[in-house]
Amino acid sequence: MKNQNVRMNPVSLFALALLIPLLLMLNGCASSDVSNTPSEGTEETEETANTERTLPPANERFSSLAQIEQNPAVKRRPLDIQHWQTTHGARVYFMAAPELPMLDLRIVFDGGSARDGNQAGVAMLTSSLIGEGTQQLNSRQIAQGFEGLGAEFGSSSYRDMAILSLRSLTDSNLLEPALALFLEVTSQPTFPAEAVTRTKNQALASLQYQKQQTGKLANLAFFSKLYGTHPYASPSQGTEQSIRDITRNDLQHFFERYYVASNAVISLVGDLDRAQAEIIAERASRSLAAGERAPALPDVSAPKTAINQHIDHNSQQTQIIVGGLGIARGDDDYVALYVGNEILGGGGFGSRLMEEIREKRGLSYGVYSYFSPMHSRGPFLVSLKTRADQSEQALQVVNDTLSKFLSEGPSEQELITAKQNILGSFPLSTASNRSIVGQLGSIGFYDLPLDHLDRFLTRVEQVDRQQIREAFQRYIDNDKLITITVGQPLVPETVPETVPVVSNDN
Amino acid sequence: MRISWLLPRAASLLALLLSLSFATSSSFAAENTTHEFVLPNGLKLIVREDHRAPIVVSQVWYRVGSSYESFGTTGLSHVLEHMMFKDTKRLETGEFSRIMASVGASENAFTTRDATGYFQVLAANRLPLSFELEAERMHNLVISEEEFKREVQVVMEERRQRVSDKPQGLTYERFQSTAHQASPYSNPVIGWQQDLESMTVEDLRHWYQKWYTPNNAIVVVVGDVNADEVLAQAKQYFGPLESRELPTVKPLIEINEPGERTISLALENAHLPSLFMGFNVPVIATSEIEWEPYALRMLSGVLDGGYSARIESELVRGQEIASSAGVGYSAFTRGDSLFIISGIPNTEKGHDIAELEAAIWQQIDTLKQTPPSVEELDLIKAQITSSLIYQKDSISSQAQQIGSLESIGLSWRLADLDLERLNAITPEQIQQVAKKYLTRERLTVATLTPKPADTQPES
Repeated sequence: MKNQNVRMNPVSLFALALLIPLLLMLNGCASSDVSNTPSEGTEETEETANTERTLPPANERFSSLAQIEQNPAVKRRPLDIQHWQTTHGARVYFMAAPELPMLDLRIVFDGGSARDGNQAGVAMLTSSLIGEGTQQLNSRQIAQGFEGLGAEFGSSSYRDMAILSLRSLTDSNLLEPALALFLEVTSQPTFPAEAVTRTKNQALASLQYQKQQTGKLANLAFFSKLYGTHPYASPSQGTEQSIRDITRNDLQHFFERYYVASNAVISLVGDLDRAQAEIIAERASRSLAAGERAPALPDVSAPKTAINQHIDHNSQQTQIIVGGLGIARGDDDYVALYVGNEILGGGGFGSRLMEEIREKRGLSYGVYSYFSPMHSRGPFLVSLKTRADQSEQALQVVNDTLSKFLSEGPSEQELITAKQNILGSFPLSTASNRSIVGQLGSIGFYDLPLDHLDRFLTRVEQVDRQQIREAFQRYIDNDKLITITVGQPLVPETVPETVPVVSNDN
Repeated sequence: MRISWLLPRAASLLALLLSLSFATSSSFAAENTTHEFVLPNGLKLIVREDHRAPIVVSQVWYRVGSSYESFGTTGLSHVLEHMMFKDTKRLETGEFSRIMASVGASENAFTTRDATGYFQVLAANRLPLSFELEAERMHNLVISEEEFKREVQVVMEERRQRVSDKPQGLTYERFQSTAHQASPYSNPVIGWQQDLESMTVEDLRHWYQKWYTPNNAIVVVVGDVNADEVLAQAKQYFGPLESRELPTVKPLIEINEPGERTISLALENAHLPSLFMGFNVPVIATSEIEWEPYALRMLSGVLDGGYSARIESELVRGQEIASSAGVGYSAFTRGDSLFIISGIPNTEKGHDIAELEAAIWQQIDTLKQTPPSVEELDLIKAQITSSLIYQKDSISSQAQQIGSLESIGLSWRLADLDLERLNAITPEQIQQVAKKYLTRERLTVATLTPKPADTQPES
């Protein structure tokens, strides 16, 4: 499940904080999203040797490939996942990883922006303010505490999840104080007035920055159209008005309601034995109020008609998003849709969309599609950027590609390759402690079985073309897609609905 | 390469720390597990055994990047990187990636100012496939006119996405071009738009002939492998390739104290003002005084080594003059580089770029007058020490570190000395480099301000 968390970026203020450092760190590194897939019917070229050449099968040209085909089994890191509940009702997932003297600890709460209610941005602000103060410590003392121990503290917020994390060495002279500090910081935040004001100001700056980002604007519009009155429609980063209106009390209440043991999943991966893990989980759970689990989110209904919206923006490229309503976590169709989407646009390398948009036509640097299964049904979407004057052509290609895939499904060869890819790359997704602690958090958060990853692989092996085609047809209706474009103004008759400008707040 | 727009705070801390701890991770018994070989044709192979998970990362680095290019031909290295996924004598266009996908390899490539790299992460016993296909495109690439014309359009889209439509990205590009006077670091890796337009397929073929030869390549392998077996595989696939003579590479030394420069941009698509301040400084590969780049790295840590460091504590919190601010200094480039301080003024509090710049100068002047405290340095050292172990959680970042050093002519063994050299830096040495290098004579200031649209957008 290499793409399990793909593009589910946390909502945070630190977009802004990172803006410049990232530019600098990249040092102008211009990586390329390489894509592949053969051009069908290689076209004539004057000077290359490969015009209309016919090469023997790849496994005859490359002996190492033939060897792999003879011995296709792949090993992976064994995952001995253990699960229990603390006395306060927190669900715990643990894997011992004695190879490195370090611990990754995560507490995942059902307290993402889906719980914003009518206060858009409250989940994100609450998350950002954890670490800004306790009864005993101010923000600088907290930071110095973690830094002096060589520990890393994190707090982030998504649509479904709010995550607190600690990475520390397991040398007890370091782990013990790091853990004590982590538990103090995460269980007794005081939301100091000065920090609340400052963080709200950063959130407002972040909203200004958002106005420069066509991708972000398109995403907001897409979620708003797709989800209507469902909580997922709420902009995770808030609006200028909602951010200004949120008070310190609101943050305190949000914290008290959602950052509680019954609403928590604790995952641990590191150089601990079961007994040590139990003690740590118990301490973490006891430091929180017992509280109650958050109620289930309401159901979502799929759009009844096609929706098109264009947002004017003075950018050279137009951002295009096309999509609809996907599936919830735990859905039986997940594997069929996941494998199918790898072929359509998820795999990046060699997907149909990449082939049609980038390889054949050079229309974009990259195009991708994904399903994002969440507590409620998450979105399915296709996304790309292209030069403004090519946007209609690109949109047409996306729609044609999608329509063809919906009616025909994948070819047998595409399915074989996709399965080989998913099964072959699986060991990569469980190689590091960091990735495993994330997988454990998801398994717990969505109440998936402990052997979820094995079941996933087994189902990938079994899924067939017809199941994929039927699953796509069940969820994606070609006549009821939502299409959002953000870019230079279009000729009016080409779009049914035109919404003016970005400059007012959303 | 996917770009993450938003990252959690922990990631931000890490990103900042990277500039500091870039080459620190392997001191831990690395000698015992890391092996270096040179094949008779000059190809260098470095293998580190890491048996935690049954996977391997394989990277091929070429010592060529945008700093090897000249005016009028910028962007060649990067476009060539794209073309490396097209036809070879024995591979069809796109087939490289298709084969890699079919064995579950995660792969990509990157171009920097100093190097071009290609990598795959895959099941450990599949490493020979990486070698066989990399060897094929190392000497058998076929660059066709038709594929080039289409691919350069993709690169122009990439440029629009990364630079033209990103006001801060565009400003940063202009800032770099102003800050570097006598060095090709003034050119963007992706190339200037007009150079992309005038680039020809012949230019690319010459570039490939000139630089893609085994004696200009470093192969880095980290993972669940046996070094002797990897050596045998490398000999089998890369061994037969013939090397060619390489052009002499000249040192990249900037003018000493070039003089103060400023550049200001007002852009309609900007909604936030930004400030970049860059000082011309030496790096490890160029410094005449060995400890100075290490002192500059510690200086960067004092200012911005974490959420408790001076910029976060005093400018973002405290005075609240900046919405965000940070320091960038990479000591691991082959030529003289920049010490960069940048930020976004806190406009909600009514602060502007001039006030932010003044506040940054105040921080610099304080350090020139009084050395930092031992306690501050201890916090930085503790973070570096633990990052040695954290970095081992990722085989890719270990390989990246080895390749980054080797590709600029430094030894991967330098990483083992890194912590020691940073630990040896005294507060007074940090004060000295602040005095010597953070001066007006070495400064370039670039500012970005939002420009109100004077008319409705034309339709």
